[in-house]
Amino acid sequence: MIKFWLTTTLFWIGCLSATAQQNTIKVGLQLEPPNLDPTSGAAAAIDEVVYGNIFEGLVRINENGDVEPGLALFWNISTDGRSYVFHLPEGVKFHDGTDFTAEDVRFSFNRARAAGSSNAKKYIFAPITNIDILDPLTIMITLDQARPDFLFNIGLGDAVIVAEESVSSNASRPVGTGPFKFDRWVRGDRIELSRNVDYWGPAPRLSRAIFKIITDPLSAYTALMAGDIDTFPNYPAPENLFLFDQDPAYEVFVGLTAGETILATNNKNAPLNNLNVRKAIAHAINRDELINGAMFGNAAPIGTHFAPNHPDYVDLTGLYPYDLAKAREYLRAAGLPNGFEVSLKLPPPTYARRTGELIANQLGRIGIKAVIENLEWAQWIDQVLRNRNYDLTVVSHVEPMDINIYANPDYYFGYDNAEFQQIISDIDKSTDAAVTSELYKKAQRKIADDTVNGYLYQLGKYGVWKRGVRGMWANYPIRSNDLRDVYFEGSE
Amino acid sequence: MGRFLLKRFLSLVITLLVATVIIFIMIEIVPGDPAAYMMGLSGSTEATEALRAELGLNMEPWQRYFSWVSGMITGDFGISYTYRIPVSELIIERTLVSVPLTVYALILSTLIAVPVGVISASLRGRFADTALMGIAQVGVAVPNFWFAILLVLLFSTSLGLFSAGGFPGWDAEFFECLKALTLPAISLALPQAAILSRVMRSSVLEVMNEDYIRTARAKGLSKRQALLRHGLRNAMIPVLTILGLQFSFLLAGGIIIESIFSLPGLGRLVFQSIAQRDLIVVQSIVTLLVFAVVMITFIVDLLYAWVDPRLREGG
Amino acid sequence: MKRWPLSFLIGGVLTDIFIAAAIISLFWTPYDVTALDIPGKFQAPNMSHWFGTDHFGRDLLSMVMIGTRNAVMVSLVAVGVGMVFGVPLGLWAAAAKSGGGKLIDEMLMRGNDLIFAFPSLLMAILITAVFGPGAINAIIAIGIFNIPVFARVARGAALPLWKREYILSACVCGKSAARISMEHIMPNIANLLIVQATIQFSVAIIAEASLSYVGLGTQPPDPSLGRMLSEAQTMIFFAPWLAYIPGGVIVTMVLGLNLMGDGLRDVLDPKLNRKRTSEVEDGAA
Repeated sequence: MIKFWLTTTLFWIGCLSATAQQNTIKVGLQLEPPNLDPTSGAAAAIDEVVYGNIFEGLVRINENGDVEPGLALFWNISTDGRSYVFHLPEGVKFHDGTDFTAEDVRFSFNRARAAGSSNAKKYIFAPITNIDILDPLTIMITLDQARPDFLFNIGLGDAVIVAEESVSSNASRPVGTGPFKFDRWVRGDRIELSRNVDYWGPAPRLSRAIFKIITDPLSAYTALMAGDIDTFPNYPAPENLFLFDQDPAYEVFVGLTAGETILATNNKNAPLNNLNVRKAIAHAINRDELINGAMFGNAAPIGTHFAPNHPDYVDLTGLYPYDLAKAREYLRAAGLPNGFEVSLKLPPPTYARRTGELIANQLGRIGIKAVIENLEWAQWIDQVLRNRNYDLTVVSHVEPMDINIYANPDYYFGYDNAEFQQIISDIDKSTDAAVTSELYKKAQRKIADDTVNGYLYQLGKYGVWKRGVRGMWANYPIRSNDLRDVYFEGSE
Repeated sequence: MGRFLLKRFLSLVITLLVATVIIFIMIEIVPGDPAAYMMGLSGSTEATEALRAELGLNMEPWQRYFSWVSGMITGDFGISYTYRIPVSELIIERTLVSVPLTVYALILSTLIAVPVGVISASLRGRFADTALMGIAQVGVAVPNFWFAILLVLLFSTSLGLFSAGGFPGWDAEFFECLKALTLPAISLALPQAAILSRVMRSSVLEVMNEDYIRTARAKGLSKRQALLRHGLRNAMIPVLTILGLQFSFLLAGGIIIESIFSLPGLGRLVFQSIAQRDLIVVQSIVTLLVFAVVMITFIVDLLYAWVDPRLREGG
Repeated sequence: MKRWPLSFLIGGVLTDIFIAAAIISLFWTPYDVTALDIPGKFQAPNMSHWFGTDHFGRDLLSMVMIGTRNAVMVSLVAVGVGMVFGVPLGLWAAAAKSGGGKLIDEMLMRGNDLIFAFPSLLMAILITAVFGPGAINAIIAIGIFNIPVFARVARGAALPLWKREYILSACVCGKSAARISMEHIMPNIANLLIVQATIQFSVAIIAEASLSYVGLGTQPPDPSLGRMLSEAQTMIFFAPWLAYIPGGVIVTMVLGLNLMGDGLRDVLDPKLNRKRTSEVEDGAA
């Protein structure tokens, strides 16, 4: 009997100490990645699992959006800004045991820029003219001209380093150099990673990481509350965020994403091609109502297409204040005093649906009848993005530093402005940081003046985690849940 | 019997062939493209085209139809566009969740419906009968997704008894798996149990009027004894028919329930595949579901023909 | 005149309440459902908002009234579509079979089985993926799956009639099969069809709610009960009435229709009440 009592006590003590030294994290994800190869296709969900954890690039983007050394310990840039020499660490191995060398860098970049490559951001590699291996741990990359954004770009998930031996199976069994190794993927349920004991850098503190796929926002809430998961880095329901905030067992952090949420406008369609009409719409939009109504107060207003936490951001939210009298005036100036009817095609995310419903209501106040059409992503991409068969839509542009999309006359905004295109091409050429900064500000003002789109708010990143979880990213400059520095307080 | 069988089998094959054509055409006219979906907002046309070629989307429709149907006969359903693994592998993984869930739900609904039906029938016209059938009426009227939300609210958050969602996988502890399937199974089972208990009740009532029950009672068995020894088995026949139909209905109808409970089942797979335009997965699953229904109907027909020879002539 | 059973009376009263609410909503609702009041959101049921307000501060009672109207409209038309196509098909099959055209009957019924074999919610989702979401497409999606039900009921009820003498004598008179079906068969099976329509109507209400729940039915800003439920999901922890009320409305409406259907069946066709085939068809639908 005493023996039984002893063993059970020991068992419970064992359990207690196991919880005290928790080093497996369970992370909730709303969207399941279609596959795990970040160099093909563009699903953000892929990067949310693999970026920084399984795969690494030459440089790494951190949670503030800054460029840090990655697989390149350091680099030299030539004075003309055209060539980069990257110095690689010694003894780095891929998860399958093969060595990482300059050959792998060359292979990865050449593969991404080859004809027939399905890399979604092939443009990153377009300026590369030469890739020279100086020695197995030194590689020189030469560009056609100075490109100040090149370093940031090769820090993106699309430019991670893959090995020739394993590249074909990365979609289902990713092999990288990162601090975590892929273990298994129970499709529809979870993806499991474990610590890479041979990691070349500082060892991660967690021994395992499990990404649980929880599509339903109700389940997201209950899974967190029931303790089935430790964190939801991008919690899908801002409306009940306050419940976690009130609960001392959880911490909530509302950070920023690179997602400018806009009322995208087809500038080629009448009457939206009329500047006065677009100005009328801009004055009819009540950002406070949108942020309170659709995002429950958890978003930052924007007045142009630029992340408000960027040092070059210009606050233009006051340019077209909510003013129905002015809005009507502009409509009269456009010769449409009684308003008109437009389509408002909305993609599936909740923020878009809610914001769209409010916008339709707000436009109704000045006589513009916006007919809502809820679309699936596939339909939205087909109709809005590819065929520009729309008038208005609400969507978040989550790519970092993507104001250059306004320079593409074929993009779905249909904005073709020579002056703006000149600004962007000047930015591409500029090597002087101060000049670049001024140009970015000019670009922001230009699209705001032209009210190409309605600029609504910056999408927040709603991080929820159990108290004691440390080191999770607060912001989403890029979509990544880099877990290398994550640990549970009080366990080691 | 032989001719009847052959006729039925032929019509089965034709039905399935027609079904594949209908499904394929529907899938063909669905607008949207899996490659474009994967490229999202930032993909260039060039990269999208490259991806299309990689996925084998550039074949002629009729080529794809024939390679699909001939592949299916040999068990090769093709490769999923998004997951890039064989569709058959995906379907098997998901079936291992959906089929147990459905079976679990059917067992639950039978366990509820049979006693309720029997009690209600044997107390016909009394208060208990009216009350039970009233509850059954309400049960039929409850949409299962709404019921699921109420269950989650009650059990997972307020009482904390069941996990809120997800599935540990069959290599985990059996009890854990059962626990994960319990709330979803209850949500699916309740409306079905309500329908089933109504059927059970009227079936028992009918059996009670049959001659052999009267004979049994004349021999001195009590009403209950007669029913339990002789009647119940016969009363179960219409119930089994409905169970057969419910099985296929639940297998496909679990879409919403599987999403609410984050279960990696067939329904959620097909729902997600439609959204991502992973159409090769959609067409195979729909075909399999149609196949399941047609097979069940076929078997039920055979059983009836076996029981009642007149039906063989009537068709 | 027979006494109406209690279930019919209860069902009738419930159904009338909802039909009345739907009709009233055409002319009047307590509040304008397009009027937003963000500061007044999430009000629990109170004197000025009997059912409370939702996340945009809209009056839930007004939304439920219009949502009910939309559900009734979609279901009504969908069942209508099922009857308009299904009943003639069933009558045709029965006439063909009785006239020796077994092949036509066989083909029609196999076609029926085929539609029946398709998973309905999934096909509805596919249909809206092709044509886009909206009330009309929800009607089509639900209506298609009502066709085989009515075809089966009409055929099953018409077949025995074709053996009756007065039908046979009509045949001898040289009336065409179509005319006989219209003039002699239809009046005799009408009761049965009405009972089935009531049941299908309640099934359609749940189907419409499911479709709207997944976002494919009636589109905003038009309220719909299913979409209200899906929007309420994540707010259920602090604004439970948003989920209880629309859900309760669906349940009561379906319950009312089912009770009415049962009662009607008892009154219109007492024989049928004892036949288990009708229950079997219930269960399959």
